[in-house]
Amino acid sequence: MTLKGNVHKFGDDINTDYIISGKYKFKTLDMNELATHLMEDIVPDFYKKVKEGDFIVAGKNFGCGSSREQAPLVIKYAGIPAVIAKSFARIFFRNGINVGLVLIEADTDGIDTGDEIEADIEKGEIRNITKGTFIKSSVLPGFMLKIIKSGGVVNYIKENKEFKL
Amino acid sequence: MTITEKIIARHSGKDSVVPGEFVECSVDLVLANDITGPLAIEEFEKVGAKKVFNPEKIVLVPDHFTPCKDIQSAELVKKLREFSKKYGVRFYEIGKAGIEHALLPEEGLTKSGDFIVGADSHTCTYGAVGAFSTGMGSTDIASAMITGRVWIKVPSSIKFVYKGKKNKYVGGKDLILYTIGKIGVDGANYKSMEFTGEIIRNLPIDDRFTMCNMAIEAGAKNGIIEVDEITLMYFEETGIFPADIIKSDEDTFYEDVIEIDVSDIMPQVSAPHLPSNSKNVDEYVDVRIDQVVIGSCTNGRITDLRRAASILNGHTIHSEVRCIIIPATQKIYQQALKEGLIDVFLTAGCVISPPTCGPCLGGHMGVLGEGEVAIATTNRNFIGRMGHPKSYVYLSGPEVAAASAIKGKIIHPDRI
Repeated sequence: MTLKGNVHKFGDDINTDYIISGKYKFKTLDMNELATHLMEDIVPDFYKKVKEGDFIVAGKNFGCGSSREQAPLVIKYAGIPAVIAKSFARIFFRNGINVGLVLIEADTDGIDTGDEIEADIEKGEIRNITKGTFIKSSVLPGFMLKIIKSGGVVNYIKENKEFKL
Repeated sequence: MTITEKIIARHSGKDSVVPGEFVECSVDLVLANDITGPLAIEEFEKVGAKKVFNPEKIVLVPDHFTPCKDIQSAELVKKLREFSKKYGVRFYEIGKAGIEHALLPEEGLTKSGDFIVGADSHTCTYGAVGAFSTGMGSTDIASAMITGRVWIKVPSSIKFVYKGKKNKYVGGKDLILYTIGKIGVDGANYKSMEFTGEIIRNLPIDDRFTMCNMAIEAGAKNGIIEVDEITLMYFEETGIFPADIIKSDEDTFYEDVIEIDVSDIMPQVSAPHLPSNSKNVDEYVDVRIDQVVIGSCTNGRITDLRRAASILNGHTIHSEVRCIIIPATQKIYQQALKEGLIDVFLTAGCVISPPTCGPCLGGHMGVLGEGEVAIATTNRNFIGRMGHPKSYVYLSGPEVAAASAIKGKIIHPDRI
């Protein structure tokens, strides 16, 4: 499975409140509406800058903070299929896989905003087309790859009628 | 094995587990609130589930936007209420409830040796009574409600040993803020934090709840404290008998052992915008504040209210400060009333909120405007956490928050 798109780069410790602020927005379950507030406290109008297929690329501990699944969901609803970070906070990681958001761990220092990249999630390779570089990345355990390919754990359970490690 | 590994092994039907291993575990309790519950219910319905694995083991607590602040939040809580009626799961209505992580232990629902999952990151609180408990998202929780099982990667453990002589006004909050300051907000990512040492063995149960509650702020999967006399006394109050006493093996492997001499720790304050920005309170000079919040799943228990009242007694809140006190549960509120604490707060000029998470996440009951500064006994001080993206939250324990409310600036309780 290969993904190709442009990069929006963020720093370390991007928490779930930055991804989607808790204050006004959990009054709705409408993810399309929530997606318009993606990252707005730290990058005003971020949503307008995102094109379908773009990547979020970040430093360490992406998604720290709350357990709200709305965080990976709004990223996905904003049209972003994958996040690449040096590391992920654990609850965000689980939630991301469960909702079918691709999460890749890699050294992201050589990737910047505006770069065009291509990620092969099975091989664990990221090609930076703009800079002409290759970066090795993590490969998800088999059962997580299957969940991602089904588009999330709910679809996975529907397709397979059960869940097995 | 560590306590955490032993609990995971037992719930996965194995004799032993090792860090890094993926296992499937049975769960003893599944929790969701008014933010995460409705989404879990949607997922539950999407899968086409017809029943829950065990209604007695599922708890829904509306606490974030309750008493409902607007139509949307009322609709979300309604969804929980209807689900509870349909499937017979526990639902704690306001007036009989409070903040989930203070409520569940009080209700005797969190036992040592239990494996507990909740759709709230601060579910790790129950490690204070020797349970393995961890936060997950709504889909995981939906799946746990259906099957009674979850997958988990066995975490490696870091042992924190607290020694020395505790300074005045240093409580669980100061110890955990100091610890997070030392290891960083991802210092225990994916890992288990086991709190031990002579200081912990003498630490009141409410302080232990505070410490385990904030394990997530270092990225941890769980925080845990071995069951001892103090835990057993608490279990006696909450009707848990006999208690399951699990200890870590003497020779077990820890990824790291961190010794902390508490003699050096003064009351801590974490500056915006990370809990790890913790420093001694005296390092803050002339930090003016507009609001004080004493409450939350971190510090809204009776011990916290007693400590706040001990500082506020006979004083008046600064003329330019709002001080909001939030007893975490109905029971804590009533106890505070009986002990005369509520009277102390009202006389000092505080406002008392019903039990709610409210301002901690900028929900309601004390949201900050642009440029405003708060000191709060809550757990997160991220940008915009308590309101406007250009507002500022400092984190502390109840005594420092109370002292600051009197002086109108961040201050050591000895200097009022």
